Amino acid sequence: METNLALLLLLAPLAGFLINIFAGKKLSGNLSGTLGSLAVAVSFAVTLFFFLQVNNTGEPVMVNLYTWMKMVNFDINFGFQLDQLSLLWLMFVTGIGTLIHIYSISYMHDDENIHKFFAYLNLFVLFMMILVMGSNLLIMFIGWEGVGLCSYLLIGFWYKKQEYNDAAKKAFIMNRIGDLGFLIGIFIIGYLFHSVEYNDIRNIIASGEADIDMAWLGIAALCLFIGACGKSAQIPLYTWLPDAMAGPTPVSALIHAATMVTAGIFMITRLNFVFDLTPDIQHIIAIVGAITSLMAATIGLAQNDIKKVLAYSTVSQLGLMFMALGFGAYEVAVFHVITHAFFKACLFLGSGSVIHAMHGEQDMRNMGGLKKVMGITFATFMISTLAISGLPPFSGFFSKDEILMTAFHHDKVLWIIGSLASIMTAFYMFRLVFLTFYKDFRGTEEQKHHLHESPGLITFPLIVLAILALVGGAISLPGSSWLNHYLAPVIANPAQHHALGTTEYMLMGIAVVGALIGIGLAYTKYISKAQVPPQDSEITGFTKVVYNKFYVDEIYMAVIVKPIYAIGSFFKNVTEAAISGFVFGLGRAATLIGAQGRYIQNGSVGFYLLIFVLGMCSVIAYIFLK
Amino acid sequence: MITTLFYILSAFTLATAFLTIFSKNPIHSAIYLVLCFFSIAGHYLMFNAQFLAIVHIIVYSGAIMILMLFTIMLMNLNKEDEKNKTLWSRLAAVISFCLVALVLLAAFIKAQQTGYTYEVSGEDYQSIKVLGQVLLNDYMVPFEFASVLLLVSMIGAVLLSKKEHINN
Amino acid sequence: MENILQEIGIDNYIYLSALLFCVGAFGVLYRRNAIVMFMSIEIMLNAVNLLLVAFSTYHQDAAGQVFVFFSMAVAAAEVAVGLAILVAVYRNISNIDIDNLKKLKG
Repeated sequence: METNLALLLLLAPLAGFLINIFAGKKLSGNLSGTLGSLAVAVSFAVTLFFFLQVNNTGEPVMVNLYTWMKMVNFDINFGFQLDQLSLLWLMFVTGIGTLIHIYSISYMHDDENIHKFFAYLNLFVLFMMILVMGSNLLIMFIGWEGVGLCSYLLIGFWYKKQEYNDAAKKAFIMNRIGDLGFLIGIFIIGYLFHSVEYNDIRNIIASGEADIDMAWLGIAALCLFIGACGKSAQIPLYTWLPDAMAGPTPVSALIHAATMVTAGIFMITRLNFVFDLTPDIQHIIAIVGAITSLMAATIGLAQNDIKKVLAYSTVSQLGLMFMALGFGAYEVAVFHVITHAFFKACLFLGSGSVIHAMHGEQDMRNMGGLKKVMGITFATFMISTLAISGLPPFSGFFSKDEILMTAFHHDKVLWIIGSLASIMTAFYMFRLVFLTFYKDFRGTEEQKHHLHESPGLITFPLIVLAILALVGGAISLPGSSWLNHYLAPVIANPAQHHALGTTEYMLMGIAVVGALIGIGLAYTKYISKAQVPPQDSEITGFTKVVYNKFYVDEIYMAVIVKPIYAIGSFFKNVTEAAISGFVFGLGRAATLIGAQGRYIQNGSVGFYLLIFVLGMCSVIAYIFLK
Repeated sequence: MITTLFYILSAFTLATAFLTIFSKNPIHSAIYLVLCFFSIAGHYLMFNAQFLAIVHIIVYSGAIMILMLFTIMLMNLNKEDEKNKTLWSRLAAVISFCLVALVLLAAFIKAQQTGYTYEVSGEDYQSIKVLGQVLLNDYMVPFEFASVLLLVSMIGAVLLSKKEHINN
Repeated sequence: MENILQEIGIDNYIYLSALLFCVGAFGVLYRRNAIVMFMSIEIMLNAVNLLLVAFSTYHQDAAGQVFVFFSMAVAAAEVAVGLAILVAVYRNISNIDIDNLKKLKG
């Protein structure tokens, strides 16, 4: 029963994918969209069933299909583990996935390849579910690679534009670097524990009997973290995520904000018992997370593309989550993942709604005043913005505040960095809102004529997500946290929970005041003074550096890509010429010999026999007369 | 007496073999070949292998040579109109004949005889009875395979020599 | 039992069959009539058979003679198929001169 249900969970999106990819051309756009949404909705229903069951019993559902690989004292099962953590992830993957599928029906309405779009989305959901459901690291790796593939396919969905293809390739290659780290990490873990099953590893560590080489374990943890960096866009592998906004907006919302980019956090949380043993690596994770958070927030201040701002805010928020992971506060990171999934998906979908109304325009300098026309979009967007800025009682306040509180207790410097990033977040998010929705419309007359509120299929997911962004914080209120209780069986060493004392209230106050300062700054600049960001050519000084994303892409280009090209062209021009010269030489020699040799084959049987007899003679002579 | 007989018989064998090759008329070649086979049967008799000699005469002189003669007559090759090969080809044939002979004889001469001395044990090893037992006990499987081979070759021969019905 | 090998020795038989084999090989190379070439091949086969029988007697082992039976069976099969091929060839080019059979050239 449970096995069948678990398989249904996976097969529903697979069926959706197969139908859409093979028969989608014959279906109408709406039908293929409905099928895709239905497939994910079925998965969501099954997930809900499992979620309620596990929440009641507290017993994880283990589904072992068969032994995948069998080696001496090292078996790898093809099995799934539906425990608290994976079900939590499944809940918002399938839940938000369903909403975004519904949204896409309307959003992608005019696209000729809509069936492919839904096929890829379904495939993505399938792989994401495999990623979180797998009972061992190798199954997770299948999903890990699969979501990377789907991300590539969807970023380059509008493949007719070369820069979109480049963005897709960039994402794929950046992910590949991380994947290599992840794979090496898996190998080392397998070598150390003779197993890649989470439960086995956990039991071995918990028993304390096994003699584990701590140096190797540290390397393994570092490699796994590199993998997480690639998938979750941390320094130094974050540059693909902003470029990934080339994909359709629902993709950005689903893959590059809510689900796939949280895979790294999922993985580290899943292996929390491993990371707990390596405090040095945890420290690195915290520092990397904090720096990423600050840097991305800084870049976000100066961006003018509505989706780019959201992308950098995603990177920044992911940095905060990694900071929490680095402090060993896995529940807190997971909490922020969930609230972030709600409000960031809502923000992206909202921006999609705006772009839809603006007919593809993404530059905020050409927007403004949309509040009057797009009431629902504005309201939902505002709620989510308040949530991400960390104002009570919105969900983001609770999760972000917990992260900062944890940081305060561990490392004051990182706390300051995180708080700065939060203030910046409040600033650039409100800058976005003010530029987009307030004041007067700055676009062309034609665009102004077209402005309209989006249809119901688009606004419905927005409303649902906005409600979730509003009340999502309820799952882990300070003091009485349902989430911490729920996740307790999965996390080996729960983070210390600080009683709500003066310090904590003070920290909350600081966070709120910081957010208000950010909002206030944005208000004075863009509402009171009614400034509009200058055109590209007029940007100067430090702003220009920030606007150009600290020139990180250019530095990567010069330091890594160019030398690789140089090596490549060296091999192509020198080595390949030598090798192919040699090979072609052999070929030419063979042709030459053949051209002469064909005269021997003259078709005369007598001649053949003569040669045969002589050959026989020489063989006998060689054997008996040498 | 036996030695003399051996030399006469050997000379006869070689002579008829040569005549087989040098006869212009294929019919004559066939007849010389039959004589050659008879002389080889004579050799077998000198080895006291009577059964083998009889089988040899039946199979070679009786079956194979009759088949060949039939073929010759069927193709109406009963005339001496065969052109010789070119001088070079014939020279090459003679040279390779000498070469093969030289190599084989040299190989045999070079292979020194081992210390094995020939003694007659008196044991019966080539009567029909013993041969039959060996053939049908030790060599049962090859025997069956030989029968399959003959069957296959028979079918093949029938198929190959059948007139082809080419459409138009 | 009297035996010829006591009088003559195996050597003479080796030389005889070697020469017979050479004659056969020579015939194959010398003639262009395919049937005569077949006959030459039979001569070669018989040279080998003769040697087999000689050694069978020499070792006083029936296996050699049994082998001659198999060799005969194979020779019969070979002649049957070969002559059938020759008949087919004759039907196509009206003679069996192997110098006219040059179409095997690739």
